[in-house]
Amino acid sequence: MEHILEVKDLQTSFLTSSGEVKAVRGVSFFVNKGESVGIVGESGSGKSVTSLSVMQLLVGTGKIIGGSVKLNGRELVGLSPKEMRSIRGKEVAMIFQDPMTSLNPLIPVGEQVGEMLWSHDKSLSKAQREERVIDLFRMVRIPEPETRLKSFPHEFSGGMRQRVMIAMALACKPDLLIADEPTTALDVSIQDQILKLMRSIQKEMGMSIMFITHDLGVVAELCSRVLVMYGGLIMEEANIYDVFENPLHPYTMGLIASIPDINQDKSKKLQPIIGSPPDMVHPPEGCPFAPRCPYACRICLHQLPPVFSAGEGHKSRCWLLAGDAPSSGNPLKGRKGAKE
Amino acid sequence: MNENLVEVRHLKQYFNINVGMFSSKPLKAVDDVSFAIRKGETLGLVGESGCGKTTVGRTLLHLYKPTAGEILFEGKPVSTKAEIHEFRKKATMVFQDPYSSLNPRMTVSDIIGEPLDIHKLYSSREERRQRILELMDKVGLNSEHASRYAHEFSGGQRQRIGIARALALNPSFIVCDEPVSALDVSIQAQVINMFDELQEQLGLTYLFIAHDILVVRHISDRIAVMYLGKMVELADASEIYDHPMHPYTKSLMSAVPQPDPRIARANKRIVLSGDIPSPLNAPSGCPFRTRCPHASEACAASMPEFKEISPGHFAACHKINELN
Repeated sequence: MEHILEVKDLQTSFLTSSGEVKAVRGVSFFVNKGESVGIVGESGSGKSVTSLSVMQLLVGTGKIIGGSVKLNGRELVGLSPKEMRSIRGKEVAMIFQDPMTSLNPLIPVGEQVGEMLWSHDKSLSKAQREERVIDLFRMVRIPEPETRLKSFPHEFSGGMRQRVMIAMALACKPDLLIADEPTTALDVSIQDQILKLMRSIQKEMGMSIMFITHDLGVVAELCSRVLVMYGGLIMEEANIYDVFENPLHPYTMGLIASIPDINQDKSKKLQPIIGSPPDMVHPPEGCPFAPRCPYACRICLHQLPPVFSAGEGHKSRCWLLAGDAPSSGNPLKGRKGAKE
Repeated sequence: MNENLVEVRHLKQYFNINVGMFSSKPLKAVDDVSFAIRKGETLGLVGESGCGKTTVGRTLLHLYKPTAGEILFEGKPVSTKAEIHEFRKKATMVFQDPYSSLNPRMTVSDIIGEPLDIHKLYSSREERRQRILELMDKVGLNSEHASRYAHEFSGGQRQRIGIARALALNPSFIVCDEPVSALDVSIQAQVINMFDELQEQLGLTYLFIAHDILVVRHISDRIAVMYLGKMVELADASEIYDHPMHPYTKSLMSAVPQPDPRIARANKRIVLSGDIPSPLNAPSGCPFRTRCPHASEACAASMPEFKEISPGHFAACHKINELN
């Protein structure tokens, strides 16, 4: 398999008045051609910062302090803003969470999408650009594209605006599309339309998608592989079926257990993860999840676990997978991929 | 158990929206909605943004003056100023956003104590303090944090402060307006469990407004579905998920993203085309007809009646018998 994106030991920090916030603390993963990878995590887990680091769109005091990001074999960390601009949009494009604020309210949407085409190919005439925009609008199923391209963003509903954003991201046929919570601001029935659209476009164009979300339901629908992030680290990596049916990290287990089951009423209590997420100015010395983990041992509090491999493509950053982990009370006992 | 605590009859809430310089037009946020909430139950209210579910919750507590219709609490009407004042001791609210619904200049103990101050429910400072600490304990907040400010807490803890405030007057009825939608999944489960436990301990009745069907399905005894200011279906929680009758509910239930890849991929979804029409120019007749796959001329002509189809299962659709 060809790796479109390869991230190695990425570290990103923000310098704030209360100290350095280590938002991403050494993250490594890859995205294959034509694959859709989901990055799941709660707020503050570092999932959005990871995607912004890939795009080199960190604002303010955010800075990549180590690691490498390779897109189509080319190193992105350290590229000049100008070089990066020629890559953004053409090779990697991004859809943001909030379609309400991501569009310029003063410019017709057709022009905003056309601007993307113009900035990567100055030879296109205005008429050619307009034709391409109409094609793109058709692709994202905006009705009456010929007239709609002259409309302003406020004349569109949330779902339609997100379609414009997708059209813009697809304008230069990128190899990789990063979607950061693209459906969080939308209603269920509209979310459904957008997910269906993304799936069919991915099939048509054969591009790779990196899907960032906190909603495991959305991931189950769209992704073939999942990375679970917590405290700036990838805790578990597995294919979609293993994540839900054979999770090996206690955080993943807790996350799945805390979603209400549609077939259960309130006679069955939810199983929340107790406590709250770690403070990233002073991340815990050991495993960031240890203070909330029901299976934490002494080592978990003092030493960050390495990434253990458990079968093909299934990795977990948890001491429970170590060869000498205690077997009594070990939730992984007898499970596929766990050490004997 | 079958006694109605809250009864709403033909509730209407219109807002006047200015269109152009001199004319205004009514926005029918809630249009002729009737339902009842039984003592001790949780009624879930679902719908998409703009369907009027929050307005129903707010109008119910007289935070807006209803345009028309009746609200009965414990069988008695609530409409005069004195009645509303009494009513608000027994009916309180938990808001959606735990960040903007707590005054940043007040300490936690003042936030929780404010309802007690308003209704003058203590005779000494000490009694007030005791009551506040008791409430903090009830929602799992550390009593040492009473003199802190809201910004020092995480989202989940702030929502606990909001819940403690809602409990301060020993209410029997709480309107919960999307109380967990701003929280992360793992924290959300903590708060939902707390709602469950408080209901068991204190015999509370909830109107639980949310857009997340997984959450509503978990917490509710019965579920009502709204679309564009109208109530389209109301039934037991399991019934409405297993046997939805209204075409809108059917598509809504099929669109729930399920955290199971095998179900998610095998799911035969009913994807609706188009968007929700603006409530300013709602379609004639049935509001759902513009997106409904089964709509016919009859649907454009008149609004279907909201009636009991089978025991305890209400729906408003002209074609209910054909479709089920």
